[in-house]
Amino acid sequence: MTTPLIEMRDISIAFGGIKAVDHASIDLHPGEVVGLLGHNGAGKSTLIKVLSGAYKRDAGQIFVNGQEVTINNPRDAKAQGIETIYQTLALADNVDAAANLYLGRELKTSFGTLDDVAMEAECRKVMFRLNPNFRRFKEPVSKLSGGQRQSVAIARAIHFNARILIMDEPTAALGPQETAQVGELIKQLKAEGIGIFLISHDLHDVFDLADRLVVMKNGKVVGTASTSNVTHDDVLGMIIAGKCPKNAIPGPGAMREVA
Amino acid sequence: MSTAEQSRDAMLVGNESPVKKFLRATEIDSRVVGMVIALAVIWIGFHLAGPLFTGQALFLTPRNLWNLLTQTASISVMASGMVMIIIMRHIDLSVGSVLGFIAVVMAWLQVYGLSQYFVFGSPWIWIIATLIGLLLGALIGCLHGVIIAYSGIPSFIVTLGGLLFWRGAAFKVASGETIAPLDPIYSLIGGGPYGSIGSFWSWVVGAVACVGIVWSIYSARSQRQRFKFPLRPVWAELTVGGILCAVVAATVILVNVYYWPKGIIKEYATANNITVPPEGLFVSHGFAAPVLIAIAVGLIMTFVANRTLLGRYIYSIGGNPEAAELAGINTKKITIATFTIMGILCAISAIIATARLNAAAIALGTTDELYVIAAAVIGGTSLSGGVGTIFGAFFGALIMQSIQTGMTLLGFDTPVLNMTLGLVLGFAVWLDHIYRKSAK
Repeated sequence: MTTPLIEMRDISIAFGGIKAVDHASIDLHPGEVVGLLGHNGAGKSTLIKVLSGAYKRDAGQIFVNGQEVTINNPRDAKAQGIETIYQTLALADNVDAAANLYLGRELKTSFGTLDDVAMEAECRKVMFRLNPNFRRFKEPVSKLSGGQRQSVAIARAIHFNARILIMDEPTAALGPQETAQVGELIKQLKAEGIGIFLISHDLHDVFDLADRLVVMKNGKVVGTASTSNVTHDDVLGMIIAGKCPKNAIPGPGAMREVA
Repeated sequence: MSTAEQSRDAMLVGNESPVKKFLRATEIDSRVVGMVIALAVIWIGFHLAGPLFTGQALFLTPRNLWNLLTQTASISVMASGMVMIIIMRHIDLSVGSVLGFIAVVMAWLQVYGLSQYFVFGSPWIWIIATLIGLLLGALIGCLHGVIIAYSGIPSFIVTLGGLLFWRGAAFKVASGETIAPLDPIYSLIGGGPYGSIGSFWSWVVGAVACVGIVWSIYSARSQRQRFKFPLRPVWAELTVGGILCAVVAATVILVNVYYWPKGIIKEYATANNITVPPEGLFVSHGFAAPVLIAIAVGLIMTFVANRTLLGRYIYSIGGNPEAAELAGINTKKITIATFTIMGILCAISAIIATARLNAAAIALGTTDELYVIAAAVIGGTSLSGGVGTIFGAFFGALIMQSIQTGMTLLGFDTPVLNMTLGLVLGFAVWLDHIYRKSAK
């Protein structure tokens, strides 16, 4: 088997005595979409925030292309080509689309000042690709619709040559047409060899888009399975009861079979 | 632009009133228009009310307006920093006390501390004292910033502590006394007839400003052309440029038609062996030094806010602190930088205030924090963060000073004045609230 693009090994993080993530291990290969499933509070968002640098893990290792890396803050993660689209979108509402697209990575003129015109020009290009009807470039993003805001967040994640993309509930706030658009985009990015972690509540989404899925419960990995080998009911059993079906590789969180 | 888009825009524009159409084409913020109208109403109102109260219309005279500009300088300088702090969802209650402390230290250095190392009257005394004052401002601001960024104590509490601490420190340094007199050259920074640049240089300043306005409009337009962005119509560009240049020219004329008072003329004539002709000698004041300092600070701070990384990060943090953090912005560093700038601006205001007074009193700057915050808020800065402009804060400071001066001219005393300012502050914030609601 090839070296995984990302391997998170034995990750643990606790908040005030509560083990949000407990010895979880997941991996991701180039061009692969891995769905991360679980109840609210199962620890999937927390696990992913460790990868994106938003949280600092208590224990465990992260490998990128087989090399152990240090990720202590979002800058470290971005330096590794790990980009995240957060459920909350994490946009600065009071500035425009271009400022959000380049937030933290602004283009500068030769005088060291902000090159807003160049940023807007690039922004127009990216946004045209994602959302051809978008032209509210001068307005703060708080004035945009949910779908438009989502486009800005996605644009920010894919514009900087990401190798690994984390999408936390990317379609939660979208209508059917926009959801389909995001699906198309995921397929396109996958074809470019980008690895994607997809966190979703929607089983259909995950079965449509993901190659593999990982189910979490109470901070532990219940099991990992290829989406083609398991049924919706199998996965529901994993999510609700922590019951690992035959075709899945059980993790530390799997319910022990009483033999 | 596609034809479909053009027709859609045309449709949008078609239903608008001429005023809205004008504002859209010129891209003038309707809030700025509101502030200009408010200021005009206040000025004309006080002028017309003059005869009813005191029998004289004194407000719209060159002398009063010239003084008004000079008096606004100190608050404006600090307000430009306060805007940045409030945008970042912080507050600084210590600015008045920091001003007082730095003022006392600089005066102490001039009168006692440095005088033993230099010959009496050496310019190095005031130059070094001023530099130490600026450095001290930076250090105090930086200290506040570090505490706020790393301790997690809200800026309200940290700077409330600063308000008490630095006022006390000022009292200690000055041993409870007013320190005076300061260097005569230093006190020119405070303005007055000798601390103004006169007619010729005021026109030079005005000309430079107009060239700057035209150049910035032109370069913005050519930049947009380069990337094929939609452009403002030419008439709109010309109108905006014309209005701005007219304002500059009117201001220069205003400060130039305020002539030196007779006493100063006599003093000046005697000192320079000039005989005053029978029809009198007319020497223009021109821009006063504090006004020029405030304008320079305003321009620099506007540049920082709009064109630099620091400014962009300050706005982003104010808009969504979590998003800024997740985007990899070092919010602690930005917090420290912003408070450091605030400290330096306090020092600049301390220089203006002491030079104007030709002394440092221990109560100097008391309640300034309230005026500074009020100026920022009246100028449209939102206390919930993310929104505000330096220009607005300058306008807010000017509006407050106008009310203060106007009421004093009408013969009202301080209690009534304070009550009025309190009402105006509330009213301004309420208007802003309504405006924002209707804009959504």
